Amino acid sequence: MTTDTINDSLTDEHHGDSHDHKMTGIKRWLYTTNHKDIGTLYLWFSFIMLLIGGALAMVIRAELFQPGLQIVEPDFFNQLTTTHGLIMVFGAIMPAFTGFANWMIPMMIGAPDMALPRMNNWSFWILPFAFAILISSFFMESGAPNFGWTFYAPLSTTYSNGSTAFFVFAVHIMGISSIMGAINIVVTIMNLRAPGMSYMKMPLFVWTFFITAYLLIAVMPVLAGLVTMLLTDTYFGTSFFDAAGGGDPVMFQHIFWFFGHPEVYIMILPAFGIVSTIIPAFARKKLFGYSSMVYATASIALLSFIVWAHHMFTTGMPLFGELFFMYCTMLIAVPTGVKVFNWVATMWRGSMTFEMPMMFSIAFVILFTIGGFSGLMLAMTPIDFQYHDTYFVVAHFHYVLVTGSLFSIFAGAYYWLPKWTGHMYSESLAKWHFWCSIISVNLLFFPMHFLGLAGMPRRIPDYALQFADFNKWVSIGGFAFGLSQLIFLAVVIKCIKGGDKASAKPWDGAEGLEWTVASPAPYHTFSTPPKVD
Amino acid sequence: MTEGTEQQINKSSNSKVVKKLVMLVFAMFGFGFALVPLYDVFCDITGLNGKTNDVGVAYTNDGIDTSRTVKVQFITRMAKDIPWQFEPVVNEISVHPGEMKFVNFYAKNESQHDIVGQAVPSVSPGLAAGYFQKIECFCFTQQPLKSGEEVEMGLQFYVDLDLPAEINILTLSYTLYDISGKVDS
Repeated sequence: MTTDTINDSLTDEHHGDSHDHKMTGIKRWLYTTNHKDIGTLYLWFSFIMLLIGGALAMVIRAELFQPGLQIVEPDFFNQLTTTHGLIMVFGAIMPAFTGFANWMIPMMIGAPDMALPRMNNWSFWILPFAFAILISSFFMESGAPNFGWTFYAPLSTTYSNGSTAFFVFAVHIMGISSIMGAINIVVTIMNLRAPGMSYMKMPLFVWTFFITAYLLIAVMPVLAGLVTMLLTDTYFGTSFFDAAGGGDPVMFQHIFWFFGHPEVYIMILPAFGIVSTIIPAFARKKLFGYSSMVYATASIALLSFIVWAHHMFTTGMPLFGELFFMYCTMLIAVPTGVKVFNWVATMWRGSMTFEMPMMFSIAFVILFTIGGFSGLMLAMTPIDFQYHDTYFVVAHFHYVLVTGSLFSIFAGAYYWLPKWTGHMYSESLAKWHFWCSIISVNLLFFPMHFLGLAGMPRRIPDYALQFADFNKWVSIGGFAFGLSQLIFLAVVIKCIKGGDKASAKPWDGAEGLEWTVASPAPYHTFSTPPKVD
Repeated sequence: MTEGTEQQINKSSNSKVVKKLVMLVFAMFGFGFALVPLYDVFCDITGLNGKTNDVGVAYTNDGIDTSRTVKVQFITRMAKDIPWQFEPVVNEISVHPGEMKFVNFYAKNESQHDIVGQAVPSVSPGLAAGYFQKIECFCFTQQPLKSGEEVEMGLQFYVDLDLPAEINILTLSYTLYDISGKVDS
């Protein structure tokens, strides 16, 4: 079967030459409806956003290097933390996963392309405009949004610095883009699976994106509604969140976190999918407990809708509410634990090798679990009163988002770079990237736990003297981690330009349809669907 | 040939799935707005926010439970930038459940211009809010005061007979907002 498919795809490529390869230069990218081109665009876009968001974080860490105000004004500091959060969440992590989805899902299910290629083009190309709007507000009189990425009312309404409109429209465009991307993923998975590929035969990677896409479709419209209310409250005199007019600012937080909690799983479920693909490949064993993984992913997604208020324990909730949200939140540890144990069980007695995708995946399992544990601590209502809005929270969500989501993205990138470029990446350079990242990221985020426990509040440009030492370490870790990502850029560029020729299946333990086509993957794959048995 | 028909089947079922998903998107957008009234219901059930009734209820004379005495405290708060004096005439009274009481609040506009104020009430503990019944309250309407004008504003209320036994102190808090801008427009 393997050779047949390769031949098929090779002929397909020549066939494709006749119509699709006409476009050259910028037009190829502007007008492309090819899932691989669009995947590449998403991935590059997210990397650029990672660098921009990272640059903002560098300024934040430079300011926090020592107590007192040195570099930026407090108001500008607030703009930095806000845009850093927005860019990393909506600009770096989410588009990177959409990029993976575009590149890999059609190849994994044996489809010729995404189901709705024109919409695919549109959903990518509106994204740069959203971020142009957001980032351009830095250069305006009002300044960029300064109310935190959670944009709580009344900070973003009554006390807005005037950037609310730009913020709202940017979020609207990001939302439309994500919704279109999600619809495309669902339709592709439902309709374009190769004959014989039943739902329970889909790679787990595809399953996690399928469930994530449903989460996106369910909650991004709620976010759109919320920012619309924000817009009319700020500029058109409505009182959704204004107590004077009969509204309620606490309601803002309820609606926001009704979106916000599923959102955090939108950023981690695809990571589970990537890691579940890579660990079996390098342990040379089948994924342990495939179906339990599917059910665990689905239950995490469902539970995410009934835990939102654990972000708001300190707003004053009846005891019953606190207990309900506390127990539901802790319940999520069960399916998540199933996943972690399944990964470990997959590695157990496997013939493991430690190429970079595997290294990042193992780092993911360990460090994400640390983030999960601090999440459990935060879930306990009485303890949360101490941790709320401290650096402990910052440590928690950076462990799950950086060493969790971002590391899975690195793992996936190393794993599929040979398929994308046709070349092996430089293992020695990649080792530098890994070890620099792993050391600096822990220096960066681990001391934040202690800072938080000692009472350092988040989102402040200045702090009490006793926090100075830890903050110095954190800042040094931050600069090192930021610079380490330039090594990754070097690895990717080097890999695109050349390197050892990659075979169709460069990882001997890898499984899946994507490895049955040549490396680099031909422009058109699976024009006739493969048979799966 | 077969491939062509297969593709056509795909096309039509694609648009079917897309239609359903787009409907789901609009439904969820609507749900976001539906959360606003749902939130009020949620607050009523859970006692979140201590919201009290915003139209007067009729006093039902079901007797007075003289065996119980509940303390009702009154506090006031000025929202940002409203140059009024606004305080309860008495800070605290004792009531028996079922007993009707009348208290006054004093307000004075100390600014150079006319201002329309709006007092927003909240009862703590939140679970008691549903048992605090206002028969007549100045907070049901707006309070326009001319520059320098002062006024005593009344509140008539009773505490429900079935107030949970563990609640002995109720705090009624008013926050006063300047809504002149909103009234003009």
